[in-house]
Amino acid sequence: MDIHEYQAKELLQKFGVGVPRGGIAYSPEQAMYRAHELSGERCVVKAQIHSGARGKAGGVRVCSCEKEVMEAASWMLGRKLVTHQTGPQGKLVSRLYVEEATDIRQEIYLGFVLDRKEERVVVVASAAGGMEIEEISANEPDSIIRSVVDPAVGMQNFQAREIAFQLDLDPALIPAAVKMITGCYRALRELDATMVEINPLVVTGAGEIVALDAKMAFDDNALFRRPDISELRDKSQEDPRETYAEDRGLSYIGLEGRIGCIVNGAGLAMATLDMIKMAGGEPANFLDVGGGASPDRVLMSFKAVLNDPNVEAILVNIFAGINRCDWIAEGVVRAVQELDLDVPLVVRLSGTNVAEGKRILDDSGLDIATADTLAEAAEAVVAAWKTSITAEEAV
Amino acid sequence: MAILIDKDTRVLVTGLTGRIGSFHAKDMMAHGTNVVGGVTPGKGGTLHDGLPVFNTVKGAVAETGADLVICFVPPPFAADAIMEAADGGIRTCVCIADGIPAQDMIRVKRYMRRYRADRRMRLIGPNCAGIITPGQAFAGLMPPHIYRPGRVGIIGRSGTLGYEAASQMQARGIGVSTSVGIGGDPINGSSFRDILELFEADPDTDAVVMVGEIGGPQEADAAAYIRDHMTKPVAAYIAGLSAPKGRRMGHAGAIVSAFGESAQEKVEILEDAGVTIVPTPSAFGDTVAGMLAQPA
Repeated sequence: MDIHEYQAKELLQKFGVGVPRGGIAYSPEQAMYRAHELSGERCVVKAQIHSGARGKAGGVRVCSCEKEVMEAASWMLGRKLVTHQTGPQGKLVSRLYVEEATDIRQEIYLGFVLDRKEERVVVVASAAGGMEIEEISANEPDSIIRSVVDPAVGMQNFQAREIAFQLDLDPALIPAAVKMITGCYRALRELDATMVEINPLVVTGAGEIVALDAKMAFDDNALFRRPDISELRDKSQEDPRETYAEDRGLSYIGLEGRIGCIVNGAGLAMATLDMIKMAGGEPANFLDVGGGASPDRVLMSFKAVLNDPNVEAILVNIFAGINRCDWIAEGVVRAVQELDLDVPLVVRLSGTNVAEGKRILDDSGLDIATADTLAEAAEAVVAAWKTSITAEEAV
Repeated sequence: MAILIDKDTRVLVTGLTGRIGSFHAKDMMAHGTNVVGGVTPGKGGTLHDGLPVFNTVKGAVAETGADLVICFVPPPFAADAIMEAADGGIRTCVCIADGIPAQDMIRVKRYMRRYRADRRMRLIGPNCAGIITPGQAFAGLMPPHIYRPGRVGIIGRSGTLGYEAASQMQARGIGVSTSVGIGGDPINGSSFRDILELFEADPDTDAVVMVGEIGGPQEADAAAYIRDHMTKPVAAYIAGLSAPKGRRMGHAGAIVSAFGESAQEKVEILEDAGVTIVPTPSAFGDTVAGMLAQPA
């Protein structure tokens, strides 16, 4: 789960991380009020969306008078910002963060990630802050400092000190930097974050160290024990198709194609998308119905898939281990009847109770095509989709 | 004995008295698995479906001589259960739970290092379908009838995609020595490489099929091992060719976040290491049959 910059800053502050003063605004008037409160010469209006690279999309603006704040806020609010991380549909701006402008002397990159090779938290830092880490590793790989944290004892001060000295910070700033770095680590550890990124971390003209931007992502599997974090979820930043599915406990990812998919198991679901692509189609979604799926859950999966207006055909692919093909078939029949399904449907069942499942589909008298193998199923659904769109174009 | 489990392995079920543990324990026994008991704290001294229940793993090991734990404990408590098994003298622990917090897994992996390598428990999973030596025994939740006994090892992240591979092989008359689900989590107990080492050393295995996916460095590590150390032929399929970068595809670990983590890059790395690539998920049977027909 991702959160907004201002939320991350609030959380990190509690762990001793310094941030510039600022406040949240939901309207241009509130933004002006916030700017007035800050009472500096200049302030920065920042669009709050779940994406980096906001500056290039016009989502970060330095303002020196109330009129400029008003203009920037009016332009941003209600707009969908498109960055290279949001995809072409962009992300809606409904909150702004108005922050005092910072006099920047030095920009640093500081990130904390769960490293899969080390199987530990790794701290990544670079004196080439301001750029994205991908750019830094491409352009200035030698500037990257890495430090691995032993989970048994957590991050030690000496590790933070080594990083701070390698960043060539003014020796007088080392204690503040150590507090900042260890604070970020504790935030990650104690809040079950999977990522903390401060980019840039800034040394100000006045010799303070502050987080100018902050990004945090959290482990979905740990939200059950972090209720305060769960509350920070902002559904306006999610794909509405995914919000619908997630609220119903389905593992669903919206894609750009036309063929809806209902599959059991994440690996088989990925393989099914690949197979559709190889057969000349484009998948509309990833959906894993999970183990032991009841007819109700299958019906719900159909609703989630059909929630996407682009869906023009559906493929159900089940290899039942702990699932039961007869339950899946019952769910399929109910979905076709209750939802008045009007797009081609291909069902492939295999594994536990397959004969029973196929019998239920046959006995229903409904127009449901079946296939025995994954390849046949993918080819059949792509063929049926092509036929149906050609027929529609002819009308 | 193939690897990790056979008909003589003494299997202990943690979370035995829960609905899921209970259901799968019965299925495992019905297919020949030597289940010796279960652990549910607070229910020690009772019988469940005729099996003795213990309060602790140590207590169960002392009474039954159990050497393998199959863990059906739910995700919030699974890390604790794995560490208890490691401390209880268990050799192999198979963990099914899908949804263990990543930091819990970091702690588990660190904890297991406190034992000397020769006493260290081998963890399989979490978020996996389990392990099966067809015709002998299994610990997990796979449908045993799709596995034909034989001499090809399977290692896979995904449960159902592993079933797909096994059943296609069965249809071609190709049998399986042992199938191992290593699970779909970003931090897991055993890697492809760990299991490849076991198959390489196993006299009952002639070849190996790997079922990988996007995300993480383990397929590339496996490729390096295969190139430098493996004498037996290996075939591999990588799921997620059509997956967009930066999106988590169901499995917590299935996300492309660095170079070498996309399906296309993994396929190239494996191919360079001499691995036979299974081009589509419906070509497991044909590809493995073709690989086995080639003179060694």
